[in-house]
Amino acid sequence: MIAIIDYGAGNLFSVKNALEYLKIENKITNNADDLRSADRLILPGVGAFPDAMRMLRESGLVNVIKEEAEKKPLLGICLGMQMLFEKGYEFEETDGLGLIRGSVRLMTPENLPIPHIGWNELELNNSCGLLDKGGEYVYFVHSYAAECPSENVSAYCDYGMKVPALVFSGNVYGAQFHPEKSGETGLNILQRFAKL
Amino acid sequence: MLAKRIIPCLDVRNGKVVKGVNFEGVKDVGDPVELAVEYNRQGADEIVFYDITASYEGRGVMLDVVRRTAQQVFVPLCVGGGISSVDDFREVLRAGADKVSVNSQAVKNPKLISDAAEIFGSQCVVVGIDAKRNDKGGYSVFINGGRVDMNLDLGDWVKEISERGAGEICLNSIDTDGVRGGFDIDMLNFVCERVSIPVIASGGCGAIGHFSEVFEKTNSSAALAASLFHFKELTVGEIKTHLREHNIPAR
Repeated sequence: MIAIIDYGAGNLFSVKNALEYLKIENKITNNADDLRSADRLILPGVGAFPDAMRMLRESGLVNVIKEEAEKKPLLGICLGMQMLFEKGYEFEETDGLGLIRGSVRLMTPENLPIPHIGWNELELNNSCGLLDKGGEYVYFVHSYAAECPSENVSAYCDYGMKVPALVFSGNVYGAQFHPEKSGETGLNILQRFAKL
Repeated sequence: MLAKRIIPCLDVRNGKVVKGVNFEGVKDVGDPVELAVEYNRQGADEIVFYDITASYEGRGVMLDVVRRTAQQVFVPLCVGGGISSVDDFREVLRAGADKVSVNSQAVKNPKLISDAAEIFGSQCVVVGIDAKRNDKGGYSVFINGGRVDMNLDLGDWVKEISERGAGEICLNSIDTDGVRGGFDIDMLNFVCERVSIPVIASGGCGAIGHFSEVFEKTNSSAALAASLFHFKELTVGEIKTHLREHNIPAR
């Protein structure tokens, strides 16, 4: 069972719809025991980094997520991916979960609007359990991006700068794009996550 | 680099997709969920449902269409038609839409744009505009399906929309809509020069060449069409192939 972590900020139902469509057992939950008994975790997220981290801390799930991430695959999506890093700098410096080295800062592409919204092409950097080729388009909606070592980046996309699109470290994966809104390519990534 | 988007639009009345020409003489063309699934299969980058019922019962039917579509179609969904409050936004987003389009009500109450952008984020606020060339050499904004002239200059309106935090503009030219002679290149350039947010071209496509034309001659981010797809004259896939042949990035 995949536990979709519900801490009050997220695109939970889109993720659930996609997993249901793929016939992957899942549960939207804010219960620590569910996270412990699940075989995989998804951390969704929409909104601002400080608010989302505050809600996650208030949910009392931070420690259990950190513990379980050592034992089973965890996938952060969009803001949920950003929260995997050590620090976020949206409005103010905020501690993230620290599961992947790096931080999250406002994007500064030249002559391009922010937010970065739309379908952009994945450029493979390192194969990981979720991706082994580039060239496919996925759907992005974000204004902040990760700054992290290249070895943790599975794919970048080009938006006037190299934007980490898919990151990984051990069991922990993060998608800056929305796999649940990225057509077949996104469904394939979710399917691979379910089979890790 | 971002792909240029191709967006099929489904005008929905009482749970059925209909197509009108110049906002009059509507024809029934099918089931919205089935059509959305088919367009998704063809490679649509986004799907727009436009509720033209605008009644209380119609809204319920529309939300059910969105809910059922969101269970089988995994690209962004946008819903418009009769949206007049932040609560309407919330209801549609909860049903599974990713974006909400406002048109007449935004003209009557521009604060709706900024309120919705603040609560739900700019990325889900699309402002639809129906505009027409006027005899003063500019363009005027119309509401209520293109029937009422608001004496509002298009240039002033797009600037305000952008300042209020809208995420995108969907620009429909009343002059070219339904005529099938191509998108309104002049009007699109007029708007693209004035705002930095994405502009979706709407109204007028009738042939495959109109899609490469709109991306080669304007900075539009997306092109929206309805009858071409509903009457199976072109598939989304054919348009994508055509765009790639013209070196226009397409998914």
